[in-house]
Amino acid sequence: MILLITQLINGLQLGILLFLLAAGLTLVFGIMDLVNLAHGSFYMIGAFIGATMAAITGSFLVGLVLALPLAFLVGYIVEVTTLRTLYDRHHLDQVLATFGLILFFDTLLQLIWGPVGVAVVLPDYLNGFITLPGDIPIPTIRLLIIAIGLLVAAFLYYLVVRTKMGMLIRAGASNRTMAGALGVDIKRLFTLVFGMGAALAGLAGLMSTAITTEATIGMGNDIIIQAFVVIVIGGIGSIRGAFVASIVVGLVDTLGRSYLDQLLKLFITEQNAETAAPAIAAMLIYIMMAAILFFSPQGLFPPKTR
Amino acid sequence: MIKKLAIAVAGSAMFSLPAWSQETVKIGFITTLTTPAAVIGIQQKNAVELALEHIGGQMAGMDVEILFEDDQFNPQVGRTASEKLANDPDVRFITGYIWSHVLLASTKVVLDAGKFMISANAGASQMSGESCNENFFSTSWENSQIPRAMGEVMNQRSVNSIYVMAPNYAAGKNMVEGVEATFNGEILGRDMTRWGADAQLDFSAELAKARASGAEALFAFYPGRAGGAFVKQYEQSGLADSTELFTVFTMDGVSLPRFQEANLTGVLGTFNTNYWSPDMDNEQNRRFVADYITKYGEYPAHYAAQAYDLIFMIKSAVEAAGGDLDDMDGIREGLRAADYASVRGDYSYGSNNYPIQNFYLREVVVDSGGRWTNQIVSTVFENMENPYIDQCPM
Repeated sequence: MILLITQLINGLQLGILLFLLAAGLTLVFGIMDLVNLAHGSFYMIGAFIGATMAAITGSFLVGLVLALPLAFLVGYIVEVTTLRTLYDRHHLDQVLATFGLILFFDTLLQLIWGPVGVAVVLPDYLNGFITLPGDIPIPTIRLLIIAIGLLVAAFLYYLVVRTKMGMLIRAGASNRTMAGALGVDIKRLFTLVFGMGAALAGLAGLMSTAITTEATIGMGNDIIIQAFVVIVIGGIGSIRGAFVASIVVGLVDTLGRSYLDQLLKLFITEQNAETAAPAIAAMLIYIMMAAILFFSPQGLFPPKTR
Repeated sequence: MIKKLAIAVAGSAMFSLPAWSQETVKIGFITTLTTPAAVIGIQQKNAVELALEHIGGQMAGMDVEILFEDDQFNPQVGRTASEKLANDPDVRFITGYIWSHVLLASTKVVLDAGKFMISANAGASQMSGESCNENFFSTSWENSQIPRAMGEVMNQRSVNSIYVMAPNYAAGKNMVEGVEATFNGEILGRDMTRWGADAQLDFSAELAKARASGAEALFAFYPGRAGGAFVKQYEQSGLADSTELFTVFTMDGVSLPRFQEANLTGVLGTFNTNYWSPDMDNEQNRRFVADYITKYGEYPAHYAAQAYDLIFMIKSAVEAAGGDLDDMDGIREGLRAADYASVRGDYSYGSNNYPIQNFYLREVVVDSGGRWTNQIVSTVFENMENPYIDQCPM
């Protein structure tokens, strides 16, 4: 029972991290109809900038706070200089161009920071664990990630549902042309949304290094695939869908890694089960995506109109 | 008369020229130079270059040329690079190979081309057993030997139960088999995690299972970048208070500087096993470690030690064959003799071309200069035979 609760919290934490990455991705894909493969690069850039800032100031939390505006700035510049020219192109052109951006950023960061990466030093109070009621030990950093992620989710909900800017974002997502015809400065709105997505991805990237010890070249390329799975399951353009799908993907992945080998041992030999389990656990989220798309081709929370 | 003599002298000079100046010893070296695993490959490359410096860039009077190739931590890329080197008629030795799965993907193309293949790390068990080959040598070990030594250490320290974690690839499986072969206590659980370019770095689920199993100790194998992530999460999870950590290929000259940078003090005082250590007291090792630190600013890991040995070993073999690179038998005999100053001290080769050597218990300590490093505690196995030698038909 304690193990199950621990694993649920671990899955929640993974889901929250995915949500921070997927939130920006789904807005950019949904509102601007732009397939941005390079979204993972902001995850990496946020981690490198944040880790460097943390090393300079000697405080991980300061690095966390500084990573947000700096990643926003990078996203802003990339949108204005490069991506703006891609909105009217086909998805294939966008995929090619943003794939180019991935290679560009991977090489650029390697030139600046070298191939080895940047280590992240956590203060002692974040390096330990907290014992929850019921004698359940959870690493402090994972609880911090969950807390920050939930705060961001609440903020995004407020922003999208309660503010004027959110109204414009929703209008842009429903019908770009009409919103523009009604006098909304779509270009500026897009830039802001893009920058915000980059900032959230950067925040996620830095927080992930608190678990994996360092920011490394190409770290975003591994997780971006999972983020795409999340937005496809959640329904492209839907923040709510991204949130629900992130948590589901996080839980399925973690619980798969925890219990699949025991489940398989009921059917095949112990050794085969142990070899097969990690491979099947890695596939689980894709199997789930295929199943969900079979019943609901637009995802769990499809956008209302186009 | 004088004219005739001059022509004769010039003629003999012309004949003798190619023998000592035109031939080059070309050595292919496949390692990982991109991806985060490049930290290992860079150490190997550094060590090879240092060894070349120490031998003056010459073997039996011939210049030495090293062709470095990047395997990108990917068996397919490693195989393609091996093929490219194997197709070059001037390349006589194809060496390097950090990763067992890259090595296994490449052995056929290299050995079929009639080259000498020398692993400077990867210790896939098959190559010391059923797939052994007269032209395949290792300057390192067979994968399971190091965890076998660790299993014995845990017996000696009366550990009753362990939980095992390793990546899900050829070497990971060998490590698990190794520790299980010698450890007498109970194994309460086993996790094989995803490996490769998108290797799993979040071990929350596995560490929670290890804790729930109630095992006295955790045995882990996480080389390269994954090691940092693993150790950090081991610390963060609070497992360090209840479960002692024993590792293989996780605490070394590649990872310890990074652990120190990230302030992972939990690794200090933990134990690991290996066949070599930077504090080994022999002339060759003292010179290697001191010059390596001077030149590159950090301790060499065993990866570097094996690559450094490799160059001296090839040199001894080429010289044993009288500098005749076409004399395959002579070079093979030279390699088998292991007649060179190894940084591990003297060792010999078994009939499967794998070293017969000692294995030691090492502890992670802080050296006099404040650097984190390994120090030998005791000898676990003396002149250990290769466990798969009976399966080798040679």
